[in-house]
Amino acid sequence: MSSTEPEIAVDDPTAPAEDSPAITSTRVVETIVYIVLLALALLLGFDNWRTGMGWEAEGPQAGYFPFYLSIVLAAASLYGLVDIFISRAASGETFVTRDQFRRVMQVFVPTFLFCLFTQWLGLYVASFILIAGFMWMVGRIALWKSIVTSLVFSLAMFVTFEIAFDVIMPKGPLEALFGF
Amino acid sequence: MEAFGLLIHGFAVLLTWKTLALMMVGLVLGVFVGVLPGLGGPNGVAILLPLTFSMDPTSAIVMLSCIYWGALFGGAITSILFNIPGEAWSVATTFDGYPMAQQGKAAEALTAAFTSSFIGSLFAVLLITFLAPGIASFALRFGPPEFFAVYLLTFCSFVGLGREAKHKTIISMALGLLLAGVGMDTVSGQLRMTFGLSELLRGINFLVAVIGLFGISEILLTMEERLALRGHAARISLRVLLNVWMDLPRYWVTLLRSSVIGAWLGITPGGAIAASFMGYNLAKRFSKDSDSFGKGRIEGVFAPETAAHASGTAALLPMLALGIPGSGTAAILLGGLMVWGLNPGPLLFVEHKDFVWGLIASMYLGNIVGLVIVLTTVPVFAAVLRVPFAAIAQ
Repeated sequence: MSSTEPEIAVDDPTAPAEDSPAITSTRVVETIVYIVLLALALLLGFDNWRTGMGWEAEGPQAGYFPFYLSIVLAAASLYGLVDIFISRAASGETFVTRDQFRRVMQVFVPTFLFCLFTQWLGLYVASFILIAGFMWMVGRIALWKSIVTSLVFSLAMFVTFEIAFDVIMPKGPLEALFGF
Repeated sequence: MEAFGLLIHGFAVLLTWKTLALMMVGLVLGVFVGVLPGLGGPNGVAILLPLTFSMDPTSAIVMLSCIYWGALFGGAITSILFNIPGEAWSVATTFDGYPMAQQGKAAEALTAAFTSSFIGSLFAVLLITFLAPGIASFALRFGPPEFFAVYLLTFCSFVGLGREAKHKTIISMALGLLLAGVGMDTVSGQLRMTFGLSELLRGINFLVAVIGLFGISEILLTMEERLALRGHAARISLRVLLNVWMDLPRYWVTLLRSSVIGAWLGITPGGAIAASFMGYNLAKRFSKDSDSFGKGRIEGVFAPETAAHASGTAALLPMLALGIPGSGTAAILLGGLMVWGLNPGPLLFVEHKDFVWGLIASMYLGNIVGLVIVLTTVPVFAAVLRVPFAAIAQ
C-alpha cells in the first residue's frame, strides 16, 4: 500500500543511541510527580478555602468548585502514591536514558532561554536566535542555511503581525532603533 | 417551504466572483491555520477579523466562516500525519488516525477524515436551514443544570473509556479544570488562585496552555526518539479516494450518530471538543470490536471528525438565532457581527435576510469547495511538513 507513495525521509544526526544508560526509573519519577501534585492540590485547596468554599445566599462561593477539584486531585494523587507502593511489579522500567535526556534538554533549555530573551530582546530577535541556533546545533543544518531561513522567517513574522495585522508583540532594542 | 426559497435567494447573493474568491482565500488560510498547532480556529478568526473591516459584512463573514471551515479541516492533517493535534478538537482524531498513518494508511485516514468532516458539516447545515426557528427556541430553555449534565457526561466518558489508568485521567481533568479556574471568577468577580500576581488576573491564557501542553511537550517527547520520519507521506490518489468512499456506507450508523451528537453539542454550548470525544467514545462503546480502537480503525477517524464538524457548524445556529455563541469561534464571529451593526437574534432573520441566507448558502458551498481543496492539496501541506523537524519544531 505504501509502495506507490513517496516517503518523507528526514534524517536525524544526533539521535539517541539505543544502549544509552538509564538515568532513572518510572516509579521514581511517578512518585515525585504525585507528591508534587499532592502539594499543589493542598496549596490550591488552601487558597480556595481562603477565598470561600461555602454556599452563599445566591449560590456557591467563588472557591467552591476549585476547592472540591483540589480535593479530587489530592485524592487521586494519594491513590497513585499508594498504587505505586503496593504494586512493586513495574519497578525496573526506565523513564529516560542519558542520551534521551540530553536531547530533551537540547530543546527544553533553548526554549526556556527563548522565553527569557523575549523579555529583553523582543519576540522577533529572540526567535531569530532560537531558530538559527536550533537548526545549526541540533539539526546540524549548514550555518548559512540556518541563518538565512531564520532571518526570512523572523522578518516574515514581523511584517505579517506588526505591519499587516497590527498585532503588537513584545519588541526589543533592535526594533526601537528602527522606530517601531 | 419558505426556507428553501430563502436559501435559493441566498445562493444568488453568494454567487459573485468576489465572494467566491474570498471563499477560496478563506479556506486556504483556514487550512493553513488549522495545520499549525497553536494557531487555531478562534485565534485565526480573531487575528484576521481586523482584515475584514474594510469589506462589506456579507463578504467578510463568508471569508471568516471559510477560515473557520478550513481550520476544522486542517486540524486533521497534523493529527493524522504527526500525532500533533492541530486543534483541540482533533485530539480524538489522533487516537486512530496516527496509528493508521503508521501502518502506511495515511491517505485513507486523511480521506476518511475530510469526507466525514464534510458529511458532518453538511448534516449540520441542513439542520440549520430547516430547523433554525424551532431549535433556537428550545435551546433558550437550557439552563445551568442541563449544561452541567452535558459536561458531566462528557467527563465521565473520558474516565470510563480512557486508555490510561483511571486515576491519571482524573488527575489530568482536575488539574485542567483547576488551571482554567485561575483568574477572575466570571460570576462573582472574585480572584481565584492568583496568589497576588497581577499577570494571572485574566487567568492562564488558553493559547499558552495549548502550546505548552500539546506543542512543546510533544516536541520534547519526539526528541527522545529518532526523528527519522518514514512513510507518513500522503498523496491521495483517486484509487484511495474511491476505496474509502465506497467503504463509507458501511459506517452509516457511526456517521449518523456522530453527526447527531455533534449537531446537538454544537447547538447547545458543548463545543466541538466535547463532541469529538463523545463521538469517538460512543463509537467505541457501540462497536462490536472496541479493542481495535486506538490501533488504526477507520471508524475511529470517522466518528470524532464528523461529530466535531457537525458541532462546529451547528454552533453557528444559536449564534445567529439567539446571539448565543455555541463555540469560541462563534463567539468571535458574534463580536464581528456586532461591530458591523448586525445584532444577532431572531430579528436578524427578518431584517437582514440577505446576509443570513447568504451566509447559510456559503456554508453549503464552502463545505463542498473546502472538501475539494483539502483533498487536492494534502500533498502540498504534507510537503510543508517535510521540512526537517528541527526547523518546524521552532
